[in-house]
Amino acid sequence: MPIFSYLAIPKEGAKETLCSELSGLDYCQILPADNQDIVVLVTDTPDETTEKSLQETIKELHSLQSLSMAFGYDEKNDKGEPDHET
Amino acid sequence: MRLDRRQFIKQAAISSAFATAGSLFPGISFSQWSKLAGNSAVISWQKSPCRFCGTGCGLLIGVSDNRAVAVKGDPACSVNKGLCCMKGYHSVQALYGKDRLTRAQVRKNGKMVEVPIREALDLVASKLQETRDRHGKDAIAMYGSGQWTIPDGYVASKLFKGCLSTNNVEANARLCMASAVTGFMTSFGIDEPMGCYEDIDHADVFVTWGNNMAEMHPVLFSRMVANRKRRRDVTIVDFATRLTRTSQAADKTILFKPQTDLAVANAICYEIIRNGWVNWNFVNEHVSFHKGKTDIGYGTEDHFSFKDKAESIDFEEFKTFLEDYTPEKVEKLSGVKARDIKYLASLYGDPTMKITSFWCMGMNQHTRGTWINNLVYNIHLLVGKISTPGNSPFSLTGQPSACGTVREVGTLTHKLPHGVVMNEKDRELAADIWEVPVENIDPQPSNHTVAMFRALDRGDIRFMWIQVTNPMVTMPNLKRYRDGAQKEDRFIVVSDVYPTPTTDIADVILPAAMWIEQEGMYGNSERRTQHFAQIVDPPGEAMSDTWQIIEVARRLGFEKQFSWSEQDYIEKIWEEYRRFHAGPKHEMAPYQVLKARSGVQWPFVDGKETRWRFNPKYDPACTNGKDFDFYGKKSHRAWIWARPYEPAAESPDSEYTFWLNTGRVIEHWHTGSMTRRVPVLHNAMPAAYVEIHPEDAAELGVVDGEKVKIISRRGEIIMPAQIRGRGVPARGMVFVPFFDESYLINEVTLDAFCPISKQPDYKKCAVKLEKV
Repeated sequence: MPIFSYLAIPKEGAKETLCSELSGLDYCQILPADNQDIVVLVTDTPDETTEKSLQETIKELHSLQSLSMAFGYDEKNDKGEPDHET
Repeated sequence: MRLDRRQFIKQAAISSAFATAGSLFPGISFSQWSKLAGNSAVISWQKSPCRFCGTGCGLLIGVSDNRAVAVKGDPACSVNKGLCCMKGYHSVQALYGKDRLTRAQVRKNGKMVEVPIREALDLVASKLQETRDRHGKDAIAMYGSGQWTIPDGYVASKLFKGCLSTNNVEANARLCMASAVTGFMTSFGIDEPMGCYEDIDHADVFVTWGNNMAEMHPVLFSRMVANRKRRRDVTIVDFATRLTRTSQAADKTILFKPQTDLAVANAICYEIIRNGWVNWNFVNEHVSFHKGKTDIGYGTEDHFSFKDKAESIDFEEFKTFLEDYTPEKVEKLSGVKARDIKYLASLYGDPTMKITSFWCMGMNQHTRGTWINNLVYNIHLLVGKISTPGNSPFSLTGQPSACGTVREVGTLTHKLPHGVVMNEKDRELAADIWEVPVENIDPQPSNHTVAMFRALDRGDIRFMWIQVTNPMVTMPNLKRYRDGAQKEDRFIVVSDVYPTPTTDIADVILPAAMWIEQEGMYGNSERRTQHFAQIVDPPGEAMSDTWQIIEVARRLGFEKQFSWSEQDYIEKIWEEYRRFHAGPKHEMAPYQVLKARSGVQWPFVDGKETRWRFNPKYDPACTNGKDFDFYGKKSHRAWIWARPYEPAAESPDSEYTFWLNTGRVIEHWHTGSMTRRVPVLHNAMPAAYVEIHPEDAAELGVVDGEKVKIISRRGEIIMPAQIRGRGVPARGMVFVPFFDESYLINEVTLDAFCPISKQPDYKKCAVKLEKV
């Protein structure tokens, strides 16, 4: 059950389109910056296969200029308990 | 509502993305986050200043089920405008380390035993009383911190100075900004910067004086870089002794040999005068010239004493003094090319450019720390670039309340909340507000920090209470002071949140509430007082440092002076403390105003904050009818000082061939006792190292990661080498960060200090290296 976060940079003038397209995809949550053409994308998928497929879909979006991963977590690879679980 | 594991990981993913975005795009804001479905229902957000440096970034702390679970920058806070650094974003995790101290411990038959905190407080009070009765009032001491909240420091000063009649009250800020204080006092007669962070938005040129801002004040550095990106004609000059991340981002780096910043600063003044760049209108109206004693010593011996004596000189004498500092002469001493000195002078001298100088530990931890502060003020004063937007000599503080608690409350041996113990009127004011006989307040300062630990070693001090600091990692020449603290018949009380090398030597450990587990206030580098509410409960029997002191004070019979209730003691303490600063020069905001805002700058007069002091357009305390009023001095003029270059207390020689410089890294807060318990930060920087110049390493036959022994006249330490890491020292210098208690670099350092400020120099001593 992977969770990833990315910085998504839209093509010039395409921030709204990118937000709209990403919001339309399953497993995606977006957090657009207020004052920059940057969108934080968080993906929360049920398995690795879905995650890979989603990544391919995202990379094909015409409104997307680049995608940089900021955080990656895959439960099957997790060896310990996070300190902050509540 | 509980936050489940998956939600928590998702929050971490979002926080990481925000942190990455913040580092790449300074000032970026995500204020809509809290409004998103699924967030606001889970987490409530409350404001707090960050506690992991002196910048005073506003944070919004996300709380779920009485647990702090997330952090974002507060867009409403003018300091950081929504941005945080990596320590800030991960700050709340420091509350939840697995070995958090939650119960009091008392040493019984050599072993620490858990006891109810009431019993521990009884013991603290009885030992304090017993020591005072048997050995005298100055046999007891309180050693606090620039991480104390303002109420913490205030009640400590009230108890020890006002009730127990000892001036043995010091704080670790003596180790980080005492030279800034004496610099301000000697140049302006009043403490703390005249400018504010808004200077960053106006300046055309920034000079960082021995100051790795990119790691130590990353949010302010980001603002500076953002200003350059926005305006494109902004220049950043890194004036340093080693290459750092600041150097990477600067337009130009100029390296100087340790201690020679004194000579370079004088050479800049020489060039300003030689080129006719003096702002005579400003100098004639607002400046006077002075000199002090020279050859002033280094304080390495017990009972060292020094008192400076100012003499007036005129401009011609000052000009003659500077003739020893031509750029060509200074090039030989400092290693800085004469053309680079002239370049720096031209930046300061150009009347069309606004210039801000930043400094922190590089100038303050200096055996001539007061002098180098004076000299940078000299430069700004000669060209009249001060107290106007963008023109600012700006001393940054390291700790969240070094200004608020130590400089403003006055938790140093010679200070009171208003003024100094030596001044009769200041003592009378304190006695009146504290409701104690004026005779209670000793008119003589006792021990500054290094002297206090020397007194503990000698046995002149027998009881010491240490709060929110870790001197068994941070004291220079550490072995002497650790051995001294462990001598028979010494009693050490330590209030802290985690086990440290300092709790290791304690007779009583009091578990402390940390940061947002209590209500309090900090005061940041730009005269901004920042209130935070208690947002989550402290664990176990942990108690705020303020309340610990109140409990002990009451046990000692001072119920009248410490009569507040647990429900509103912070508000009552604040309103009592505010009385000390009444008046336009230092008026503090009322409690309700502080509570409502993300910090308020003082002087706060008629509902308005003061952004630039000494300038009547902004500062209501100006009364002389001129365009500037340096009212801290009786003459209403700022002082330019003739201060010479004098060598460091210890320099490399044929046996000890390297300079040792110590400092910090971005990932860790000071001694790492909190941030090393945050997994992300610990994993990012798990252990200390010694930075060596690649050519020096090659000569030693050391490759990256190999162990090196660092030996000084005081001790030795073995640690891994780092070659071509994030920092690269000049040839003949090594650098070691002090965050890692596994590598106590202060076993090696020298306890020499500035004779005026009494602040030790952690940046310069002589060592030799051996490959292990």
